[in-house]
Amino acid sequence: MKLQRFALYFGCLFVVLMGLAACAPPAEPAASAPMAEEEPEIIEIEYWQYNFEARVLAMNQLIEQFEAENPNIKVIHNSDVPYAEYRDKIAASVPAGVGPDVATLFYGWQTVWLDAEYLVPLPEDAFPASMIDAEFSPLVQASFVDGTLYTLPTAVRTLALFYNKDLMANAGLDPESPPSTLEDLATQAAACTVRAENGDYEVQGFVVDLAAQDHHWFREVLVRQFGGNPYAEGGQAVNWNSEEGQQAWNYLLSFKTELETGDRDLFDGSTGAFLAERACFHIDGSFRLGTIANNAPDLNFGVAELPSHNGVQSTFGSYWTHGITQKGASDPARMDAAVKFLQFITSDEAGTLWVEMVGELPARLNAGSNPELLENPNLGAFAAGLAYAQATFFVNESDQRQALIDAYDMVVLEGEDPAVALEVAADTVQEILDAHYGQ
Amino acid sequence: MKLTLQQRQILWAYVFLSVALVFFVIIRWYPALLSFNIAFRDWNTFKGTGTWVGLENYAAIWHDFLKPRSDVRAAFTNTLSYVVYGVPAQMVLALAIALLLDRIRAFSTFFRVAYFAPYVTSAVAVAFVWNWLYLPQDGLLAQIFDLLHIPEQPFTKSPKQALPSITAVAVWQTLGYSVIIYLAGIKQIPFLYYEAARIDGSSGWHLFRNITLPLLNPVIVYLTVLSTISFLRLFALVQNMSPQGTGGPLKSTTTVVLEVYRKGFSSYDMGYAAALTVILFFVILLITVVQLRFLTRRFEY
Repeated sequence: MKLQRFALYFGCLFVVLMGLAACAPPAEPAASAPMAEEEPEIIEIEYWQYNFEARVLAMNQLIEQFEAENPNIKVIHNSDVPYAEYRDKIAASVPAGVGPDVATLFYGWQTVWLDAEYLVPLPEDAFPASMIDAEFSPLVQASFVDGTLYTLPTAVRTLALFYNKDLMANAGLDPESPPSTLEDLATQAAACTVRAENGDYEVQGFVVDLAAQDHHWFREVLVRQFGGNPYAEGGQAVNWNSEEGQQAWNYLLSFKTELETGDRDLFDGSTGAFLAERACFHIDGSFRLGTIANNAPDLNFGVAELPSHNGVQSTFGSYWTHGITQKGASDPARMDAAVKFLQFITSDEAGTLWVEMVGELPARLNAGSNPELLENPNLGAFAAGLAYAQATFFVNESDQRQALIDAYDMVVLEGEDPAVALEVAADTVQEILDAHYGQ
Repeated sequence: MKLTLQQRQILWAYVFLSVALVFFVIIRWYPALLSFNIAFRDWNTFKGTGTWVGLENYAAIWHDFLKPRSDVRAAFTNTLSYVVYGVPAQMVLALAIALLLDRIRAFSTFFRVAYFAPYVTSAVAVAFVWNWLYLPQDGLLAQIFDLLHIPEQPFTKSPKQALPSITAVAVWQTLGYSVIIYLAGIKQIPFLYYEAARIDGSSGWHLFRNITLPLLNPVIVYLTVLSTISFLRLFALVQNMSPQGTGGPLKSTTTVVLEVYRKGFSSYDMGYAAALTVILFFVILLITVVQLRFLTRRFEY
């Protein structure tokens, strides 16, 4: 009998205790679990990046090397999260008190992450500003906010024009002279397009896909080539809706509305179409070299610099960068380990391994100026772009991109006037910028 | 104190039930209550804390609601459209299928399983398969249309067709559950009533109209309320069937719950997201109360 009564009391007590626990105020993230106290000799840090096969494989190798050099540090590599959910998962991990100590993020997300005080400044003694200025690509300057460095990349990327040599040859084009101007691109894309009797695309010349890289191509390349400037007032005012911007916009839209060289809803988007040998030309970053090597090794393709216009060369430069989180900084031993790890993955050696496995160019000028690299015919086009690459300062990269996707949809799906659609997008983005700078 | 065997059994029942209660309190009720609190705060998802701002989040939602091309307004009107298209379609189709299934004897288990299978399939898997079926040019539907010389349709790629296309999938997916509940309801109706009516000379439609339908009323009310709530909370299908999971194209498929998710986990504005949740909670509560009040009828035989 005693046993039953004990069980009853225990059950009641359990309910009451759980109830009390549930009523307690939300605790601060219990970041520094007593891991270090239990095993003082081994410090575990957690590193997160989104799932992109070539990057995951490269980082696995870097972590292996790092752990061999630092036997007292263990790096847990979380790369299971798909790109589309990466930021959501990171955000959800914070209130739960888990998540990364070192995280990889797109440079365009840094503003939002800093607004949330998620990242901590990188210590000046380990990453002096003078060293960054002297030894890293100028693109990396976007990681400084008011003179303080928050993140540092392993590699940087530019955009270039991928072309399928077999499809060009089939269309009677010379596979060794890909389009070098915007006019060439339009003509050759139209010539390369093959459609069935019922209008189905068999081969697409060129697919405009703003959800991929083409929103960057519009802002930082086309607008400049038509004589405009994408942003004014130190990046605080949208200017890609200027008259020059409108011309660039019309050029971009003409591939879908006039030339009919492709449809981004087919073959899983422009990238999928190029990998599946269903698109002749495709604008993408150097990281796509890694994708092709892993998923379409037999693709007979080449890479050229982006087509010029009015004598203007431009490309979009960007990078995935690594930062240390509040969780990583919450314990001195972890912070120390995180700094060491960050130094390692932003070293010359890491950059060299990265370019071989992923195809992104080393962020360090020293590793990036390796003559072997520049001679590589595919990487050469990207490396050449570094000289004239432009980076957009994003307040909210995904919303700024969505505004342009919506403007494209308004024209293509609803028949809206292109100028009106671009105005709507400009208003939307201006509101995003104002909300940020007004703070 | 000496307890009888029966008393002891009851006590044990409470002990076991309390485990489930604890689970509900911690996993469902406590976070739900917390969201009422968060809705009054400027709560950044990353920080996990927020300062009290009173009704500012609600004011912001109202401001956004009135904007041209508003995400929030699209979310509410779309959600309403899903209910208006989806619930009647599901109720009528499920009843028709249940009546047919009630008639057949051969292979009846097979058909029941076939209709029920989508209900126990993950919404993400369902969305994936239907994305392939809907695919322009190479999708199964596009190819069938080609064979029949019907123009190909853009389905989820067009702002006009996307919402009906997703509604159709949602109806297809949850149909099986309604069919099973209807079947149970139909089996409950005494055969005697039909025989008596037949002797009085009633025909098929009259039997259905005056016996089946009225006696199924409790089932119809239950299913209407439940399927309305499920359409009001539509999320996974839309997230997995719209481009980049944004409720597009051009916000034509977004729902309130999808906007909650996007505000909370993409824009990191958990206060705003929580306020939207609170509004949705009251909308669901209101609709449910109204439905229960007006749909419930008493029939005496």
